[in-house]
Amino acid sequence: MKLTTLLTSAAMALGLATAAVAADKTKVGFVYVGPVGDGGWTYEHDQGRKAVVAEFGDAVETVYVENVAEGPDAERVMTQMALEGADLIFTTSFGYMDPTINVAKKFPNVKFEHATGYKRADNVSTYSARFYEGRAVQGTIAGNMTESNIVGYIGSYPIPEVIRGINSAYIHAKKVNPDVQFKIVWAFTWFDPAKEADAAKVLIEQGADVILQHTDSTAPQAAAQAAGNVITFGQASDMSEYGPSPRVSSIIDNWAPYYVARTQAVMDGTWASTDTWDGIGAGMVGIGEISDAVPADVKEAALALKASLADGSYHAFTGPLNKQDGSVWLADGETSDDGTLAGMNFFVEGIEGDIPQ
Amino acid sequence: MDLSAINPVLLIASLMVAATPILLAAIGELVVEKSGVLNLGVEGMMIIGAVSGFAIAVETSSPWLGFIASAAAGAVFSLLFVLLTQVAQANQVASGLALTLSGLGLSALLGQNYVGIRPPQMGKLDIPLLSDLPVVGPILFGHDPILYIGIALTAGVWAMLKFTRAGLVLRAVGENHDAAHALGYKVIRIRILAIMFGGACAGLGGAYISLIRVPQWTEGMTAGVGWIALALVVFASWKPWRALLGAYLFGGVTVVQLNLQAAGVAIPVEYLAMSPYVITIVVLVILSADKSSAPAALGRNFHASR
Repeated sequence: MKLTTLLTSAAMALGLATAAVAADKTKVGFVYVGPVGDGGWTYEHDQGRKAVVAEFGDAVETVYVENVAEGPDAERVMTQMALEGADLIFTTSFGYMDPTINVAKKFPNVKFEHATGYKRADNVSTYSARFYEGRAVQGTIAGNMTESNIVGYIGSYPIPEVIRGINSAYIHAKKVNPDVQFKIVWAFTWFDPAKEADAAKVLIEQGADVILQHTDSTAPQAAAQAAGNVITFGQASDMSEYGPSPRVSSIIDNWAPYYVARTQAVMDGTWASTDTWDGIGAGMVGIGEISDAVPADVKEAALALKASLADGSYHAFTGPLNKQDGSVWLADGETSDDGTLAGMNFFVEGIEGDIPQ
Repeated sequence: MDLSAINPVLLIASLMVAATPILLAAIGELVVEKSGVLNLGVEGMMIIGAVSGFAIAVETSSPWLGFIASAAAGAVFSLLFVLLTQVAQANQVASGLALTLSGLGLSALLGQNYVGIRPPQMGKLDIPLLSDLPVVGPILFGHDPILYIGIALTAGVWAMLKFTRAGLVLRAVGENHDAAHALGYKVIRIRILAIMFGGACAGLGGAYISLIRVPQWTEGMTAGVGWIALALVVFASWKPWRALLGAYLFGGVTVVQLNLQAAGVAIPVEYLAMSPYVITIVVLVILSADKSSAPAALGRNFHASR
């Protein structure tokens, strides 16, 4: 992957060298962890980039680099973007957190936006979406639909973002189906179709008839389809090509409005470091159409939950909730504060297995 | 912990599927290296095979045509390497890396219209009676035909290298190309054929990922399998059956560790995740303790005037 990165960044350097003349344009850079054609996470970020181009036309210039490994490579790519005159750089994966902070220190006049992280600086904002609200809707459908009472979950990395999703899905599956059990496999990758397919197959072989994924490719959907009688949910992108079954619904990330707003802010000179965390209500998290494979009453319950999350009348983490070790986390009616959610490093009571350290 | 959730029959059946792409690519590269050429472009040829096999299978609705096309595309793409190293006498390591890089880029370009499409399914071998046998049926007789082709290729390459005149000539070229040349063998021609064979095998391996194992097309989907195949050839001491063992071991531990995770075994996941690499290396290093070594002319270019 490192070699691919070298190639893409070399190609980018070439592209930038020829286009560096247009100085009055606002230049926006994007750093992607996967290919724009992954059909999931990176695809949606690139849709956001395209929305920026569509909104401002000739007034902006966007550049992006795909398949950037999380780590030192990312720092190099960001540095290069900043050196080539980018005004605003979106770094779109959790693992870019420290590289973003490091590079931002060296370029105080360049604005940085880091997705899903928690470290900020005067020129570094963070933004994320409350995907766990979408996971709550998925959990409701999963708990109702499973017949084996085993739900398979493909985790990527054991970071708060992923753990929140597992907890939220479990809480809401358990609510409608007290016998439900979660089997969790950590893939330790965001994007590796073969590995994701293997993980899905293993979970199906071990009895799971619902697969939830927190990885970026559509491979688990294909594996579920081959197995038959297994349902899945689109991750990050709608993945509707696998509907109406196995894919019965999805979480769709909608970054476009945010990217347009932040680009506008840079143009107006009003950009300031902030922390944005929006959910279903603000439209940053979309729920893909629930297909006809889902019974009408389940669909209704899921949509009702979605509506209550959207208008804020219900919080996905509402007590009484205990941690895995049995200690009390939230009392009856209490809702979790954002700080706890942002750093979540524990499973809720009922989930088996340990979080890799 | 609930080990009873793991079904050993399904486990063995799925490890064979996981191992096949690595095996195909490794067998091809083994022949290439036996002829004295080091082609680091396996990953690139695999992904070219993956995308072209996928595209042809989708366009013609025939997985068989897809596989044939993938082998052809792999072989044709390896001609780039032939041109650089056998004709222009370029450095083999650099040329192989160039092949991988350009293959990854080219495949992304070719595959743009095929993202999110479902390929036609290849039927599984279904022999009445045999496939219905308990335990043995799903393991030995319930797979897609390409998996058997992989095993047959291993046997074929082994027999060719060990028993035939062609195998002897190939090995002679790989051990000492000057001597082989003096005996009147066409060193360059033999090497070109070996490289194309390696390209065809890598292409098949790539198409196995995009058409059967995953099955779909996404950019960069071979995700390093070609590099594992390359390493496997070395650790297998250039012996076909050891390459098969190594591939099954690697595929096996990959699948087993996911199974253990899903069954909730209390081994830290990080150790499980690294186990395929560690176990494969340890076993093959122990096996390679005998005197077998690399072909003597590996990586050296040949020109008749020298």
